[in-house]
Amino acid sequence: MSVATERAPSRGIATPWRSIKGEFGDSDKRTGYIMVLPTLVIVLLIAAGPIAYAIYLSLWRILPGDWTFVGLGNYATLFSDPEFYTALFNTAVFTIGSVALEGAFGLTIALVLNRGFVGQGAARAIAIVPWAFPTVVSGIMWRLMYTDQVGIFAYIADSLGLVDGPILANTTAVLIGAIISDVWKTTPFVALLLLAGMQVIPLDVYEAARVDGATKWQQFTRVTLPLLRPAIMVALLFRTLDAWRVYDLFWALTDRSLDSLSVYTFKFVRISQLNLSVGNAAAVFVFLSSLLIAAVFIKVLGTRAQEA
Amino acid sequence: MRSKPFTSPLHATGFYVTVVFFAFVTLFPLLWVLKMSLISSTELFASPPTILPESITFKSLTAGTCPLFAGIEVPCPVNFETVFIDPIFIAGLANTLVIAGITTAICLVVGSMAAYALARLTFYGNKPTLSLVLAITFFPAVAIIAPLFLLFQKLGLINTYWGIIIPDVLFALPLTVYLLVAYFRELPEDLEEAAKMDGANIWQAFFKVTVPLSIPGIVTTGLLTFIYAWNEFLFANTLSFDETVQPATVVIPQFASTYTTDYGAQAAASIILTAPLVLLVLFFQRKIVAGLTAGAVK
Repeated sequence: MSVATERAPSRGIATPWRSIKGEFGDSDKRTGYIMVLPTLVIVLLIAAGPIAYAIYLSLWRILPGDWTFVGLGNYATLFSDPEFYTALFNTAVFTIGSVALEGAFGLTIALVLNRGFVGQGAARAIAIVPWAFPTVVSGIMWRLMYTDQVGIFAYIADSLGLVDGPILANTTAVLIGAIISDVWKTTPFVALLLLAGMQVIPLDVYEAARVDGATKWQQFTRVTLPLLRPAIMVALLFRTLDAWRVYDLFWALTDRSLDSLSVYTFKFVRISQLNLSVGNAAAVFVFLSSLLIAAVFIKVLGTRAQEA
Repeated sequence: MRSKPFTSPLHATGFYVTVVFFAFVTLFPLLWVLKMSLISSTELFASPPTILPESITFKSLTAGTCPLFAGIEVPCPVNFETVFIDPIFIAGLANTLVIAGITTAICLVVGSMAAYALARLTFYGNKPTLSLVLAITFFPAVAIIAPLFLLFQKLGLINTYWGIIIPDVLFALPLTVYLLVAYFRELPEDLEEAAKMDGANIWQAFFKVTVPLSIPGIVTTGLLTFIYAWNEFLFANTLSFDETVQPATVVIPQFASTYTTDYGAQAAASIILTAPLVLLVLFFQRKIVAGLTAGAVK
């Protein structure tokens, strides 16, 4: 077949030099390296470099012209700040609430849409409209709808007596409002991902289940769910990490009055430059916690995939 | 798409009612804010709110008031007029176009080469490289704002287009690479092989055969990258200070603070910033959905 699939004959540990020469001596392989080089440089220079620098910076107290090594001091300051825990709590509630609802609604919608029907193209087009919205703009739009006096949801909540006072002045109501906005924006996308996953499940599997006398519910729990598990896990992983770093939505929807971890970090880094170091410790915290979440998901994804 | 018949008229009705309900919920905020942007402020404050717009007032946009409509006199709903004559908002739109445009161009050039190598060529470290690039998708952007801020301050990149474009490229690039890898893998290899038989090297095969054949995929990818860059907020908000470079996503929350109670103008600004994307998405929906869901299945 192609020249590219031929491998260098030896890549033993004993002869690293020869294997390096094998890789770079082959002009096709060399071209491969050259082609990925710009991407790698960007990733290393703008992501890996700065994150390493962020970890280093988090060990210093930085004031203009005055750097003092403080070890984990910034983290101690961070973990003793009650506002940090508020941000952590808001982010956790937002993440769990929005991802759970998006998963449940997304799966339901995907199940309903998993058939041929007239108007399917239109339904799909409508589903990606919220996805294309700038999150900031969706925040502004929902803020308008929650605003006292002019907002439709403020009117409805007021008529039903759901909220005491304006929604935007009530922390709990705003947090719930943020979850609703996020669910609106991303559920259709989750549904599309799961629908794509469902459509590659071969029909004969269902046929076989039916022949064996499986009910609709059994077909769902024994066929659809297990075969869809990878797609569900990928969608949930994406959504969880995205929700965990929520920034735009909180910023615009609550006009900076509600902190997420990212908003908290931003305020420290950018607004109060005296607290840049603590903000940076918060940034490292967001990074490490995201890494942990990803690791847990991948572990679960891996073991479940082996069971199946 | 699999097509099974509905078991009964009731079943069909139930199905379509669900679909219409879903479509309504999805479109409602857009339609409602569109309505808010058109009506008079008296109607805006009416309680209970009107369902359909009843009072749409127009104001004439004239030469000199709005650079977008210079020389033409067009009637324009009054709230849109407020936005169109706001120089900061117009500058924000122009900045967005520049930033998103350059980001997309860089991502397509850099990303298509990388995607080609990752999809077609076998070399040591091929798979880990793809994983590394995709891992950026999970990377919380806020983690690097402090180092970037300090670094860009030293390099004089704060409050410049490049200061925003550089981190935008980093976060848009995984999407570009991923979509193009999926696209190139689907493309038959025969023509490239034929070109190589005729003595073309990899670069020639890539530029003269693969790229021309992949125009549809590259257009879709470019579109998604552009939407991503158009929507970016965190870096722009951190690394820019004034209207000379701030994109519209940064301007619009400030706009909401400036026009605190002019809800109609805020609604109009939201619609203006969203409309181009909605039109693009509706026009290219089939390709976009295919592109976005390509990876979840494999």
